Amino acid sequence: MSAAAAPTRRLSIYLYRRPALALILLLAPPLLWLGVVYLGSLFALILQSFFTLDSFTGQVVRKLTLANYRDLFVASNIDIIVRTASMAAAVTVAAAGVAFPISYYMARYATPRVRALLYLGVLLPLWSSYLVRVYSWKLILAREGVLNWTLVQMRLDGVLNWLLSLPVIGGPSLSVSRLGMFVVFLYVWLPYMILPIEAALERVPESLLEASADLGARPRETFRRVVLPLAFPGVVAGSLFTFSLTLGDFVVPYALGNSALFIGQAVLAFQGTAANVPLAAAFTVVPMVIMAVYLTIARRTGAFEAL
Amino acid sequence: MASGVTRPGAEPARERASTSAVRFSHVSRAFGDVQAVDDVSLDIDDGEFFSLLGPSGSGKTTCLRLIAGFDHPTAGTIELHGVEVSGVPPYERDVNTVFQDYALFPHMTVGENIAYGLMIKRVPGAEREVRGREMLELVRLPGMADRRPAQLSGGQRQRVALARALINRPRVLLLDEPLGALDLKLRQQMQVELKAIQRAVGITFIYVTHDQEEALTMSDRLAVMNNGRIDQVGTPADVYEHPATGFVAGFVGVSNLVSGETARALTGLPATFTIRPEKILIREPGASVTDGMCWADGRVRDVVYLGAHTRYWVELDAGGELVITQQNVESTSMDVLAARDRRVRLVWHRLHNRPVETMG
Repeated sequence: MSAAAAPTRRLSIYLYRRPALALILLLAPPLLWLGVVYLGSLFALILQSFFTLDSFTGQVVRKLTLANYRDLFVASNIDIIVRTASMAAAVTVAAAGVAFPISYYMARYATPRVRALLYLGVLLPLWSSYLVRVYSWKLILAREGVLNWTLVQMRLDGVLNWLLSLPVIGGPSLSVSRLGMFVVFLYVWLPYMILPIEAALERVPESLLEASADLGARPRETFRRVVLPLAFPGVVAGSLFTFSLTLGDFVVPYALGNSALFIGQAVLAFQGTAANVPLAAAFTVVPMVIMAVYLTIARRTGAFEAL
Repeated sequence: MASGVTRPGAEPARERASTSAVRFSHVSRAFGDVQAVDDVSLDIDDGEFFSLLGPSGSGKTTCLRLIAGFDHPTAGTIELHGVEVSGVPPYERDVNTVFQDYALFPHMTVGENIAYGLMIKRVPGAEREVRGREMLELVRLPGMADRRPAQLSGGQRQRVALARALINRPRVLLLDEPLGALDLKLRQQMQVELKAIQRAVGITFIYVTHDQEEALTMSDRLAVMNNGRIDQVGTPADVYEHPATGFVAGFVGVSNLVSGETARALTGLPATFTIRPEKILIREPGASVTDGMCWADGRVRDVVYLGAHTRYWVELDAGGELVITQQNVESTSMDVLAARDRRVRLVWHRLHNRPVETMG
């Protein structure tokens, strides 16, 4: 052992004998980041939501009050919350429905080569700009866009017009409607649903399915009693992504919506144009509370028991 | 039939061939170029404990999967109790399986696992509970119904898997190396228990194993498989005492395979034969040999002390080598290890020479 190497060698032996110290040294930087920067800013945000804005001076008054939360529960704001939450729920349910067969195919039937290609297909869109993809969809969904053209060629434009004439989900065109927004949300968050479900399904050994069949269960029953319960944690993990991402998003509602705001847009508006940071902060607490409730319910249903 | 599915037309056929629980007629299963099972014909009687013995890759597990219905033959037919089962899915076969990895459902309790087959058959909850408890008693795990599989030891999981397969009262139970993951003591204990359970429930057990001792201990009859083919079917004593091929002789127990010049020097004939190591006696050089005995002179090349017995490798003057095992009745490890490099005369009864087919 050369003289130059000796101190590092002594250090590594010293740390090898004190695993706790080594662990502290390794974890200190990320824990500081998580604790101070991440949780700290979260705390600042929540604290901010209890301050209030002096409407005369436009200054933030640093005095704790529930005024913002009172303002939150006016009818127009409740509309925003309900609108966003129901969109998030619809996107989540649809994403789970679309993702499950794809994930099932990837995990059970695809050859390694096909699976790699499907992985690439799922991940590739995430490598391009989110904004570009949203605005590409706006072009696709526009009256003059390729989707409308295709439907006209197939003589199905009557169906589309009927859908667009419906209240709430309809609008002048798909590119300015709740329906179009739903389609784009479904597209942008689908990978976040496919990947966790696929991972969960991949961990279900083939022998469990054989055991179920062996004990007399038809494929449908095996699916319901073995596959689905074991894949459920994956579905819940995926739904956490799709649900929370939809709750907080402001780009898609901005690109494809109308004057009916979503939570993300409301936050942007309050802290931007209205410069009411405390109320914006109170608004951001809403998705957090919704997610906390959602997680609690998921836990109650036993979604994490098979983990 | 206590439970399971009755298909129209099944009854008369079953009566005609009531003794055969499983019948393979020229069954083959190919995976691409590989013949996993190659033209196997086999009859397994109702109520017997039958083992499929062979090294890994010999096709024994594939045979089991063909019976269970997880896999289908590329040629030939399989009958279960006289009914041809091609194209019958596993969930319609009156056959249950104990899987090698146990395949317990991790999201269910032990009780739910065991009662799974009954739940699928829509057996009322009260009866499920009673029969589930009976099964837990049978496999000696009373009071474990509320545990999760993850909370059990390997041996306990194995018993749960057995109970889950038996609760449906199948006519044939398939066991795929069920004791493979257990330690030696537990394995020997479970061998005895499995045999006792089989006698108690009286159903056909088909047991796949690569462990010859296991197969000899439990089976009424066994088939030795090699490269997708069956080399020999018989009772344990039959297979051990009269191995049909050199492969069987080598795989079931330890055996000396003597062929060619060495065989001619020892017996006067070049025909290949096997001789079991425990049949050979070690004598002083020049010891007298009576009529009807074979003998060979040689030098002890190596000695391994195994506690209850000792294994010797003796290099023969006539060429080749023989393995000999001897009980350590009075000898100590010091005595037997001192035998290394000593010249000895080996003596055994000519009757113990077993001619075998040279192929294998």
